[in-house]
Amino acid sequence: MWLEKLHLTHFKNYEAGSYTFGERVNCLVGQNGSGKTNLLDAIYFLALTKSAFQNQDALTIQHEADFLVLDGIFRDGTRRTQITGSLQRGQRKVMMADKKAYDRLSDHIGRFPVVLIAPDDTDLVRDGSEERRRFFDGVLAQLTPAYLDDFLQYNKILSQRNSLLKIFAERNYLDEDMLETYNEPLIALAQRIYEHRRRFMEHFLPLVGRYYAYLSNERERVDLIYESEVARPDFPTEFRKHRSRDLHAQRTSKGIHKDDYVFEIDGRALRKFGSQGQQKSFVIALKLAQYELLALEKETQPILLLDDIFDKLDDLRIHKLIEMIDSGSLGQVFITDARPERSHRILDQVAADVRFFEIGKSYE
Amino acid sequence: MNYPSRLIEDAVNEIAKLPGIGKKTALRLALHLLKRDEEQTRALSDALLSMRTQTQFCRQCHNIADGELCAICSSTKRDASLICVVVDTRDVLAIENTSQYHGHYHVLGGIISPLEGIGPADLHIESLVRRLQQASEQEPVREIILALSPTMEGDTTAFYLQKKLKPTGVKVSTIARGIPIGGDLEYADEITLGRSIVSRVAYD
Repeated sequence: MWLEKLHLTHFKNYEAGSYTFGERVNCLVGQNGSGKTNLLDAIYFLALTKSAFQNQDALTIQHEADFLVLDGIFRDGTRRTQITGSLQRGQRKVMMADKKAYDRLSDHIGRFPVVLIAPDDTDLVRDGSEERRRFFDGVLAQLTPAYLDDFLQYNKILSQRNSLLKIFAERNYLDEDMLETYNEPLIALAQRIYEHRRRFMEHFLPLVGRYYAYLSNERERVDLIYESEVARPDFPTEFRKHRSRDLHAQRTSKGIHKDDYVFEIDGRALRKFGSQGQQKSFVIALKLAQYELLALEKETQPILLLDDIFDKLDDLRIHKLIEMIDSGSLGQVFITDARPERSHRILDQVAADVRFFEIGKSYE
Repeated sequence: MNYPSRLIEDAVNEIAKLPGIGKKTALRLALHLLKRDEEQTRALSDALLSMRTQTQFCRQCHNIADGELCAICSSTKRDASLICVVVDTRDVLAIENTSQYHGHYHVLGGIISPLEGIGPADLHIESLVRRLQQASEQEPVREIILALSPTMEGDTTAFYLQKKLKPTGVKVSTIARGIPIGGDLEYADEITLGRSIVSRVAYD
């Protein structure tokens, strides 16, 4: 699966832009601030219905414009699909496939798999558990539509329950039956989501180990441990036991929204004991493992977006990624680089078709 | 939009606050009223004001009423042993139009959604429980029918009502969910179709 054409209107710094991409390697060069990463983000947006870098949709609309439109042609063999994403200030986001709007945005997620490797990925290692949950939820959502459905429903019930706890606190009363009305579905969904995550990890972990070894030429053993209180057989009892704490905090203290993923290297915390290089290798291994699982599940090669990797990675890891591109184990790849001479030098070794795009020239 | 007069602008803004009416429609309505007799506008505003100030809610079922009891609760032809629980008056009208139901109603006045600040105490749930407890021995309530929308909030409300009504010992049922009459199986969404299979009906 690959993106043949992309047209942007009022997306981030783009007034308007049209691109026709190659099936294999597309290198986007241009100065800092010219919009290379924004172009990657536009591709990400078309595939996953939102920006990779901006949580607030409205901020992806060009400054002082009223709306944005992204329009792309995805190719899979002989099949062409036109995907359009549009957003008007103050209105709901619309995604369309061949001009037909989706009823639910979530129905689109996973149809056109995409994986992004970006410079700030190592935040996954260093930041709090929320970042890691967000990453794995994104991976699972693309992989399994049923996961996304359960996850969205869980969050909906969770926010209802939390609002209910607030109502109880504000009006100073407690209705056990009402609380229980939310407890039952919440516990059932938590257990289902836990099962999704646990089973996913069984397939994911061996791939991460393999890619880490490939990328680093080193012998450390990496591990990825999924931790969840929902795993305990007495979770439903535990969940209900925390009722008074929940009431006090006006927040639900137990559930899959408290899960974490622990990254280890030789049995020790990667965050504390891993070098910069080890942390980078680890997160790239995560992304490549995601790529392989998506390719297996969707029976098509995802689009790989590589943001600024020549600047942020050392020669060995760059060489390994280029090797993968050359071997054909990666499909369509987008690479951004601020220094064209460097990317020319590196990509000239690649046998596959490479196209260069100078970004920002004609529009500034 | 630029208006020729402040008075028209005020009127348009007020009319456009109504659900389903935008500024353009509001302007059309305002200009329409200007063209007609003053008497017509007076009749409209009088009707609206009387509706707002004089409408009462039935003390038994909370449906809209002209007096203390609504027409349904005060009718001797209705079966008081059946109570159908609905969200608002529009649902009462919808069920009345089916001509299939001859019992009483209980209007909740909303649906439980803490996110929107609506808890169970904001709805007429306590009064439903009281109504069952106070039902006379000669005329006990046989069944409560929950007619709520099959959304997450509707299901939550139904689930909560079940819990609250259980101690009264009255039978509680919910309206069936399934394929619309005249609908086509292949176009039914999978959740509805799945539910229809699970709760299939045997031929007698």
